[in-house]
Amino acid sequence: MTTPSQTVGPFFGFALPYEGGWELVPEGHPGAVTITGRVLDGAGEPVPDALLELWTGEPGGFGPRGSGSAGSGGGAFRGDGSGSAGSGRNGSGRGEFGGGGFGRCATEPDGSYRFRVSPPARPYLPLLVFARGLLKPVRTRVYLADVPDPLLGSLEPDRRATLLARADGKDAYRFDVRLQGERETVFLDF
Amino acid sequence: MTQPPYLYPGYASTVLRAPSHAPLPMKDDPEAAELTGPVFGHEDVNPLDADLTTGHAGEPLGERIIVTGRILDSSGRPVPRTLVEIWQANAAGRYAHPVDRHPAPLDPNFTGAGRCLTDDEGRYRFVTIKPGAYPWRNHPNAWRPAHIHFSVFGTAFTQRLVTQMYFPGDPLFAFDPIFQSVPDPAARERLVSAFDLDVTEPEWALGYRWDVVLGRTPVESTQEDA
Ligand SMILES: [Fe+3]
Repeated sequence: MTTPSQTVGPFFGFALPYEGGWELVPEGHPGAVTITGRVLDGAGEPVPDALLELWTGEPGGFGPRGSGSAGSGGGAFRGDGSGSAGSGRNGSGRGEFGGGGFGRCATEPDGSYRFRVSPPARPYLPLLVFARGLLKPVRTRVYLADVPDPLLGSLEPDRRATLLARADGKDAYRFDVRLQGERETVFLDF
Repeated sequence: MTQPPYLYPGYASTVLRAPSHAPLPMKDDPEAAELTGPVFGHEDVNPLDADLTTGHAGEPLGERIIVTGRILDSSGRPVPRTLVEIWQANAAGRYAHPVDRHPAPLDPNFTGAGRCLTDDEGRYRFVTIKPGAYPWRNHPNAWRPAHIHFSVFGTAFTQRLVTQMYFPGDPLFAFDPIFQSVPDPAARERLVSAFDLDVTEPEWALGYRWDVVLGRTPVESTQEDA
């Protein structure tokens, strides 16, 4: 009796993104890895209204964003408390939430997104993409290296390549999500 | 089938965004990161965030409502202390979002975003304003039925759900491709809240009840689910 999924639509931007949502660890965190990329549609055009969520499977345990640590934030979404007309609780000044393992980033007008994460314990980072036009999210994994892995091993080289992030300088990777068409990203069903 | 397809041409934005390959079924892997999920605490959510009618200089316009229900797993067990986020248009059908150009008034006393954690019995409760229907450009004379967007986490990343709650008896259901994209009519009805006089508070707000049932996680014992 599962509740069906419905699209996130184009208007989530004032509700779901939060300050620093893309930074799972602070700048300068030892060994932190930055992943940037774009979300593209079947025509190769950027998707400017997608929401990406990254979950490392490693709650807490690093730095101020670790759940349960005193840290800086002091409560996500607490808002600026001003209650000023038109801005309500959606202004700046939100903390962070979800412990160190969760990140959320809305795409820019050019379809780009970014995350900064602790060096992952697993070879991959689970990624969920919501967007207008997606009646249910697509789910994939960002692999930072082409390592022996049951999922990677089950894929043809062309398909496997869509899950491999490309090194882009020191501790930096690029990973594009192609929703449809040529070099379409491999999406997963659990 | 419970879940909508990716490609549903009646909803024009799916045409260039729906993947053409079916998603790859994942083999059972008890170590998969997706089988765990973020944990939220009371430090993450301000109790005031569950009341969308306060926090501004004045009262918002529109019909004050209470929306409450439970978040359940696929076995019907409540999911306690999970994060529920909502967002919606105001009573006139306008979002407080720069991309929304519907020529209906913004309400300086209403933003339309809220969040809360479920309690020990998996219950959530919001106080808000009944959102208005709004036009969109999907097809000629296209109007979305009144709805509240919901985002729910559950206990595993595989359970993550973003959906929309509708109001009973909306005449726009039959014409809305987003609502109609859910193949099974019974599943579609699960998106519609129920008016509940027991939730309604006299002289103050109408009450609607809506439960959310999350999908099965791969580690759960086999359940009847689609
Ligand atoms: Fe909407």
